[in-house]
Amino acid sequence: MPTLPDNGLIAFVKQDCPTCELVGPVLAQLQEAGGDLMVVSQDVAGFPDGVDSVHDGDLSLSWHNDVETVPTLIRMVDGTEDARIVGWSRPEWELFTGTNSLGDGLPEHRPGCGSLSVDPDLADTLAARFDGTGLAARRVEFASQEDEFEAMYERGWSDGLPLVPPTPERVLRMLEGTSRDAHEVVAIVPPDLVEATVEKVAINAVMAGCLPEYLPVVLAAMEAICTDEFNMHGVLATTMGVGPILMVNGPIRHQIGMNSGMNVLGQGNRANATIGRAVQLCVRNLGGGRPGEIDRATQGGPAKFGLCFAEDEEGSPWTSLAESRGFDADTSTVTAFCGESPRIVFDQMSRSAEALITSFASTLMGNVHPRLTGMDTTIVISPEHMARFHDAGWDRDRFQEELTSRLTVEVDDILRGVDGIDEGIPRGLGLEGAQLPKFRDGGILVLHAGGPAGLFSSTFGGWVSGPMGSVPVTKEITR
Amino acid sequence: MSSVTVLDPTDESVPQERPRAARPESLAGLTVGLLDISKPRGNVFLNRVEERLGELDAKVIRYSKPTFAKPAPVDLRHEIASQCDAVIEALAD
Repeated sequence: MPTLPDNGLIAFVKQDCPTCELVGPVLAQLQEAGGDLMVVSQDVAGFPDGVDSVHDGDLSLSWHNDVETVPTLIRMVDGTEDARIVGWSRPEWELFTGTNSLGDGLPEHRPGCGSLSVDPDLADTLAARFDGTGLAARRVEFASQEDEFEAMYERGWSDGLPLVPPTPERVLRMLEGTSRDAHEVVAIVPPDLVEATVEKVAINAVMAGCLPEYLPVVLAAMEAICTDEFNMHGVLATTMGVGPILMVNGPIRHQIGMNSGMNVLGQGNRANATIGRAVQLCVRNLGGGRPGEIDRATQGGPAKFGLCFAEDEEGSPWTSLAESRGFDADTSTVTAFCGESPRIVFDQMSRSAEALITSFASTLMGNVHPRLTGMDTTIVISPEHMARFHDAGWDRDRFQEELTSRLTVEVDDILRGVDGIDEGIPRGLGLEGAQLPKFRDGGILVLHAGGPAGLFSSTFGGWVSGPMGSVPVTKEITR
Repeated sequence: MSSVTVLDPTDESVPQERPRAARPESLAGLTVGLLDISKPRGNVFLNRVEERLGELDAKVIRYSKPTFAKPAPVDLRHEIASQCDAVIEALAD
C-alpha cells in the first residue's frame, strides 16, 4: 500500500464517475500550481489524464481511509486527517485548497459517486481482507483445481449434504447477525469439550445455509444443548436414535420467517431446516461428535441432521411452551428436548375434548415402548385437535391434568414376562400391585403447531429422562 | 478455476498420540477393576468375568457408573486409576 503524505491533500477518484472526470482538470491545475496533492485512482491506473496519480488497485487506501464517495478530498496535517470534503463544489474546493479560480467553466456544484470500496459486491471481500479485528479461524486454501464442494466433503465437515463454503466474506456477514463478540466463548461442546466461539459457530452456520439473522437462535441452541442438564454427550453417544429437538418461541419466529404452520416438521423453510443443521454441524466439527465414533446410534433419526421448528402462538388459545417454562411472551427462546423421531397421533373421529384426550393418552402410552415409565415426551398439538380442547374451555393446565390422569400404568401389567414380553419392570423390586406414571412429573412438554387442516398431532418420545439422562433446557435468544 | 479460501469449521486441535499402557504378562496378583455402566444385565456379564479372573488369581474390585447415560464422573475414573492395574468396562443389554 503506498504511504500517504503527512501533510497536504489527497484526492480519491475513479474513472467510472462523471464528477471525477469533471474535476480531472482541477486536480491537474492544483498539481501544476505546485501544491502537495496526491491523487488516488480507484479503478484505472493513470486516471485522470494529465494528473500524476497512484493506482489503488486493491482498494486498501480507499478502505483504510473510509472513503465512501468519489471524489473525496482529504487534508492531512502532521500525519492525521484534518478535514475532508466530498463531491464537487467550487466554493468548498477553493476554500479547502486555498486556491482561487478553480475549474474554470465547470458547474458550481456536482454530487459525487459511490466509492468502489463501498460497492456492495466488494465491501465484504474488503472487510475480510483488511479488517484487523476480524477472524481468528485458520484459513484453509483449496487448490485451484480442487472443487470446493468436494474438498469440504473430503475433509469430513459435512453431515452428508452439500455445504456452503465458509469464506471469510460469508462468515463476516454471518457475524453481522449478532452483537456478540466473535471471540466470545458460547459453550463447551461435547464430546471433546471444546470451547466454541461465536466465530466458530458462525462458520458452521454458514456451512449449514443459515442467514445471519438466524445466528442468535443457533447460539442460544448451542448454549442449551451444551449444559450438563441437557447432556449432549450422552444424547450423542447413546445407541438410541435420539437428538436435540429445538423449539422456538417469541417474536424472533416472525423476524426470521420460521414455519409454525403447514408441514411444520417437514421440509421447505430455510430457517427451520438450517438452524438445527447448524447446531449438529457444530457438534460434529467442534465437539468431534461423528457417527461411528462417539456417536454410537444404532439407527439414528432425523434430529441428528437437525430438527428445529416454531410454535404457532398466535393461533393457539393457550399460553406458549416458553411461557409454561417461565418466560415472557415477548421474550424469544429456544427449548431443547432430547427426543426420538416424531410419531403421529392419529384421531379423525373424536369430537369432544374427553374423547380426544383419551385417544391421545392411548397413543402416548406406547411412547418408545408401552412398558417404559417415568420418561419425558413432547406433544405438538395441531390446530384442528386444539380446537376440540378449546371448545371445551380447557387451558394448558387442564389439558395436562386430564392427560396425566389417563397415563398411569399398573405395574402388574408391565412386569417382565407378562403376556410373553420380556421387556418391562424387573420382578422383586417390591413394585408389584403399584401404579406408576408413564411420564415424569413435569415431563410432558406441549406446544401448538401445524397447518389449519388435518386431524394429526405429533409426539416426540424422550430418552433417559431427568437428571440421570437429559432434562429439557430453555435459553433466551439475544441479538 | 480460481482457488477458494475458507475458514476452518473445526476446533483446529491436533490429536495427541499417547502410547497404550503396557499390557501385563499375567493378571496373577494384579488388581482388576470391573466397571458396570449400569445398564440392565451388565452384572450378569461382569459376574462371569469376575469368576474367570478369580481363576487367574487376580484381585477384583467392582465399580459402577451412577448412570449409563452420562460419562463416568472424574472422581470415579481417578478412583479406578489409583486402585487398579487394569480395568474392564462392561457394556450390556
